[in-house]
Amino acid sequence: MIQLSNITKIYKTKNGDLTAVRDVNLSIEQGEIFGIIGYSGAGKSTLIRLLNGLEKPTSGEVIVSGEDIARISGGKLRQARQKISMIFQHFNLLWSRTVEENIAFPLEIAGVSKGERAARVQELIELVGLQGREKAYPSQLSGGQKQRVGIARALANNPEVLLCDEATSALDPETTEAILELLLDINKKLGLTIVLITHEMNVIRKICHRVAVMEAGQVVEQGQVLNVFQNPQATITKNFVSQVSDSSETKESIEQIIANYPTGKIVRVTFVGQSTKEPIMSQLIKRFDVEINILHGAISHTANGPYGTLIVHIDGAQGNIEEALHLLATNNIQTEVIARG
Amino acid sequence: MVEQLFPNVNWDRMWQAAYETIYMTAVSTVITFILGLVIGILLFLTSPHQLWANKIANFITGSLVNIFRSIPFIVLIILLIPLTNLLVGTIRGTNAALPALIIGAAPFYARMVLIALREIDKGVIEAARSMGAKTSTIIFKVLIPESLPALISGITVTAIALVGYTAMSGIIGAGGLGQLAYIDGFQRDRSDVTQVATIIILVIVFIIQWIGDVITTKVDKR
Ligand SMILES: Nc1ncnc2c1ncn2[C@@H]1O[C@H](COP(=O)(O)OP(=O)(O)O)[C@@H](O)[C@H]1O
Ligand SMILES: [Mg+2]
Repeated sequence: MIQLSNITKIYKTKNGDLTAVRDVNLSIEQGEIFGIIGYSGAGKSTLIRLLNGLEKPTSGEVIVSGEDIARISGGKLRQARQKISMIFQHFNLLWSRTVEENIAFPLEIAGVSKGERAARVQELIELVGLQGREKAYPSQLSGGQKQRVGIARALANNPEVLLCDEATSALDPETTEAILELLLDINKKLGLTIVLITHEMNVIRKICHRVAVMEAGQVVEQGQVLNVFQNPQATITKNFVSQVSDSSETKESIEQIIANYPTGKIVRVTFVGQSTKEPIMSQLIKRFDVEINILHGAISHTANGPYGTLIVHIDGAQGNIEEALHLLATNNIQTEVIARG
Repeated sequence: MVEQLFPNVNWDRMWQAAYETIYMTAVSTVITFILGLVIGILLFLTSPHQLWANKIANFITGSLVNIFRSIPFIVLIILLIPLTNLLVGTIRGTNAALPALIIGAAPFYARMVLIALREIDKGVIEAARSMGAKTSTIIFKVLIPESLPALISGITVTAIALVGYTAMSGIIGAGGLGQLAYIDGFQRDRSDVTQVATIIILVIVFIIQWIGDVITTKVDKR
């Protein structure tokens, strides 16, 4: 559906050239929710804006549903944009228009007749759950409602791709949850391909199928969300993963525990899918004569399935600990030694 | 009673002059609005990072606006006498005042249009572009509606300035309250004529301000 090949984007600035995106290759399938995560300034917005031609790459190729976005312009590009919608962090609604007029705007652009517009707008208002607010102006809406208008507007012309630039970053956690639900719902109902950028791993965990991690303009890691959570490679990815798995409380208590247990090892064990159901810990205790103390446990749900993390303290003879860890590894269970006594 | 207060006022002439002032203000305001809007939008679209970003076009338009904005109106009237003669065929009467009024006010208003357009959230223009909007759609459905309160309060200020300019146009015999106050009031030493002309000018200004405020509030949904 979307194919980025060797994309580089260099901005010419007063202080010289700035490489915002460097040699990125991505392939996004039809109907998937693809997340791009990175800290501020990583080049995420630049990358997503290349997908609808708001920016042109300095080099490389951008193919979106068969169109060579970087090379088309004028009417052809405008036509293509009607099938590649976008929603924004700050919603970008026209304050001078009511909810229904805002949603009708892309239909006006597409030249849809007045009668058809009204019917379509009503459909969209129901889809995003804004019944009763049709005549309200954006200034009278909450952040979540504004983003619903943004989503309805983006869906008006039945796009094939929906681009979300930090669409939930200006919202509180509950509203974020609701908007993510809505996006997931739309993805299932309409089979829409969604590309979503964010700096919050929670957003990735909740709805994305695959994720790419960006740092300094480059994609440093990408894969199935579940795999990335289970087995992050790059340091930056590990940081993002621990955003979700470890609360600051756990971090503190781990430090406390490390101080309290001078011997043995503290290990983070990550279970995925089937392995969450096996009584592996009790097996370890029986077979290797080690003591296992569970310090922290959590289960998270991703779009690819659930995964659990346990932080345990394993103590016993050195060889036994090694063997226990080895057994976990042979059972496809990820382990990471956080600290050793 | 009124006759005793203002013994020298010829009311027919007074109302005729008021009509001329209103006529010159109204016509020049309408044309200034259109011309200023066009120039302001051009200035905006040709500025850096905008849709028609073009250094040369922006520089030329900006310079012309600044030059005409800096010429004192009274000087502009005199400078424009040949042009007026060419356009209107005479340099006397209300219509002869229009070229100077418009050329004096349009650059002034164009600046206000530019400031108003710069206040528009960049994201909204980007959103329209991402929907596949043409530049003309962006102008008429985004730029103008989204800056309308500022465009209207700007034209209100400009219209009031134009009332003042019409008075100055009296020196080329444009007519109106300014000329009446000067010729009938000042030169013949009839201060009551000047006073009545002033009061009518004030009333006109207040009415313009009031209309402008009402419309601005009505269109502002922010
Ligand atoms: N139009 C531009 N001109 C110059 N530099 C830009 C422009 N847009 C973005 N940048 C720079 O490119 C880098 C990446 O920005 P951006 O894509 O917005 O990152 P992100 O969305 O991940 O925060 C930043 O260093 C930013 O300053
Ligand atoms: Mg960004």
